[in-house]
Amino acid sequence: MWDYVKLVALGVIALCAAIAANYARDLAYLVNAVTVMLVAGGLFLWQVRRVGDEIRPKPALQTEYMDGVIRYGVVATAFWGVVGFLVAVFIAFQLAFPVLNFEWAQGYLNFGRLRPLHTSAVIFAFGGNALIATSFYVVQRTSAARLWGGNLAWFVFWGYNLFIVLAASGYLLGATQSKEYAEPEWYLDWWLTIVWVCYLAVFLGTIIKRKEPHIYVANWFYLAFIVTVAMLHIFNNLSVPVSFFGSKSVQVFSGVQDAMVQWWYGHNAVGFFLTAGFLGMMYYFVPKQAERPVYSYKLSIVHFWALIFLYIWAGPHHLHYTALPTWTSTLGMVFSIMLWMPSWGGMINGLMTLSGAWDKLRTDPIIRMMVVSIGFYGMSTFEGPMMSIKAVNSLSHYTDWTIGHVHSGALGWNGMITFGALYFLTPKLWNKERLYSLSLVSWHFWLATIGIVLYASSMWVSGIMEGLMWREVDANGFLVNAFADTVAAKFPMNVVRGLGGVLYLVGALIMCYNMWKTVTSAPARVVRATAVPAE
Amino acid sequence: MSVKPTKQKPGEPPTTGHSWDGIEEYDNPMPRWWLWTFYVTIIWAIGYSILYPAWPLVNDATKGLLGQSTRADVAAEIQAYADANAEIRTRLVETELTEIAANPDLVQYATNAGAAVFRTNCVQCHGSGAAGVQGQGYPNLLDDDWIWGGDIESIHTTVTHGIRNTTDDNARYSEMPRFGADGLLDDTQLSQVVEYVLQISGQEHDAALATEGATVFLDNCAACHGDDGTGSRDVGAPNLTDAIWLYGGSRETITESVTYARFGVMPNWNNRLSEADIRSVAIYVHGLGGGE
Repeated sequence: MWDYVKLVALGVIALCAAIAANYARDLAYLVNAVTVMLVAGGLFLWQVRRVGDEIRPKPALQTEYMDGVIRYGVVATAFWGVVGFLVAVFIAFQLAFPVLNFEWAQGYLNFGRLRPLHTSAVIFAFGGNALIATSFYVVQRTSAARLWGGNLAWFVFWGYNLFIVLAASGYLLGATQSKEYAEPEWYLDWWLTIVWVCYLAVFLGTIIKRKEPHIYVANWFYLAFIVTVAMLHIFNNLSVPVSFFGSKSVQVFSGVQDAMVQWWYGHNAVGFFLTAGFLGMMYYFVPKQAERPVYSYKLSIVHFWALIFLYIWAGPHHLHYTALPTWTSTLGMVFSIMLWMPSWGGMINGLMTLSGAWDKLRTDPIIRMMVVSIGFYGMSTFEGPMMSIKAVNSLSHYTDWTIGHVHSGALGWNGMITFGALYFLTPKLWNKERLYSLSLVSWHFWLATIGIVLYASSMWVSGIMEGLMWREVDANGFLVNAFADTVAAKFPMNVVRGLGGVLYLVGALIMCYNMWKTVTSAPARVVRATAVPAE
Repeated sequence: MSVKPTKQKPGEPPTTGHSWDGIEEYDNPMPRWWLWTFYVTIIWAIGYSILYPAWPLVNDATKGLLGQSTRADVAAEIQAYADANAEIRTRLVETELTEIAANPDLVQYATNAGAAVFRTNCVQCHGSGAAGVQGQGYPNLLDDDWIWGGDIESIHTTVTHGIRNTTDDNARYSEMPRFGADGLLDDTQLSQVVEYVLQISGQEHDAALATEGATVFLDNCAACHGDDGTGSRDVGAPNLTDAIWLYGGSRETITESVTYARFGVMPNWNNRLSEADIRSVAIYVHGLGGGE
């Protein structure tokens, strides 16, 4: 019966997508509709061939963890990471050498089209897949329960990655809401909402059926991330399609209200996607890798609640000195300052967990990666509140300093903790004794670290220089520099930034090779993981 | 995969007694410095929000004890410079344009002010160094080749009213016919006149065609560009005999210019800049090297 329901649903989706493609008003919508049609049609055929199969694989044991989807997630994370870093390096050099905005590729591969592809690829494709995969892994282990919802977890994985493919191809063809980090158009927003609600159901369902008496701290962070992102996504994407057969939509909010909702979303994408979610990762993988207890339970409670309460108010600091009323700006700033210590609570808990295991820094490059990651987390969560201060912001806003700040967080904190998690997970998920090569991990560590340092320091220099040049006035109050002068002055820093990106990309490629060799040729482990409830 | 919590080891803090997949948690207190810094930021935040505009009320928000306003701040800063410059700006507007050069303080002020105006409003087309864009229709302002005149009054008029725009009735205006596209010249005549233009600009050309082209030129082009092709500033017709080309001087680009004509537009600035600013930028451009 269920098979026939699925067949009908897939057939209807494929048919609707075909109709949508036929009436498509723009190229991006057409390509997206054709993609959906092919995917649904392919699944339909696959399903038809399975109907009536007498021999079905035995349903998985409920005592066994569901790791297949996590394996796919790990591969997807590594794949999208490399894609995101590759686009990153290319657009970094486009900024240094504008000639790389090729005439023949205008409207497809120019900086304006590629930039959202880069940000979405690293934040949502790389970061999102990392969060989904690790949250599925962590919630099963710390709840001693198999993922809830059967194949729903597979739907979450494939649905999310379909969203990424559709969004990415849409960007290149010009479908965008022009809202930073919320570029996908209305129909993709709807699709992501469905996928995300399923994700919440799988995660929450697993927590509810847990066999541990308490919910582990990592799961609080993951849950905060999933719930808040759902809320942010819905409110920031309230829009009315111009036509059901076109990608264009019109936002419900306008003017400064729209800007405020956008940066409420944008800031909390950082706060809940890149901070809370990744703290969930940190709270599991750091104590596991260090084999040490978490430093302080009290600290984890207080900093968790303080973090999620304060973060949500800090968005207005993205709109200092704009049409936003001063009072809103003030509140955004003071909440950002208060956010400093709650953010650092995670850093303290992470670093202090390693106390008593500091010797591992010398022997274990994965621990080293995690420590550097937490270090960059601490640095950028100090820098963030500092930059939210109006006086500092008047210098730093719109300059490369902001770009440097984001990347010390993204490359340092999110990237490094994800690499650490991938190195931890790969041998476990493929039942291997160990990683293929620890010295390759060391290489990755140093390349990535030097890359980040080049990136962050060049952007500090460039950003502060740019800010000072913009505001420089002569004795009569006249501006001294033209905008083009500041662009010309940034050239050397732009080149250094690109080189930093190259190092980071090479590091990630080494990681992929190491993961591949681990799966194919590292010695196998004998014991098999099963869920055993707490005694 | 849960493991029974291990007993407290000697010299280590107690754990909370739970274990998740082998992870335990110490029952350490929060670091005091962390907690106190957190409190301090909260107190600071409350204090700041009392001193500055912060709390939303029904129709408005609290103004803050300091009564600070970013709008008032920036307005005061602008006003301070405006006051300081008021006297010299009045003199700049009241002095005859041609007399300004005799007042070094006016020239110095106007050059600084004009440079700022130029950087904000003019660099988009004329380039940050004022060298224009060769062959793209954006004139170089550094040389002494002027299409509409290079004395201070001509430059002032050009900046004030612009060229061929639809927003100022006094804009400088002229329109070159589309000799090829509108069939005013046939293909033979077109190539003849192009060779002639190549000849008078001292470039490689087909002498036979150019000889024929001289007649075509006199009949069709000389009215604006002059019998000798040196152009006319009254109608903004460029000099065709030098090596300076607004839209390029190759055979292809000249052919394109004669076939389709050109229609470069410059906005009028009298609705966006004050008279003092227009005079300043005119003096700045005049002083770049090519002023007459």
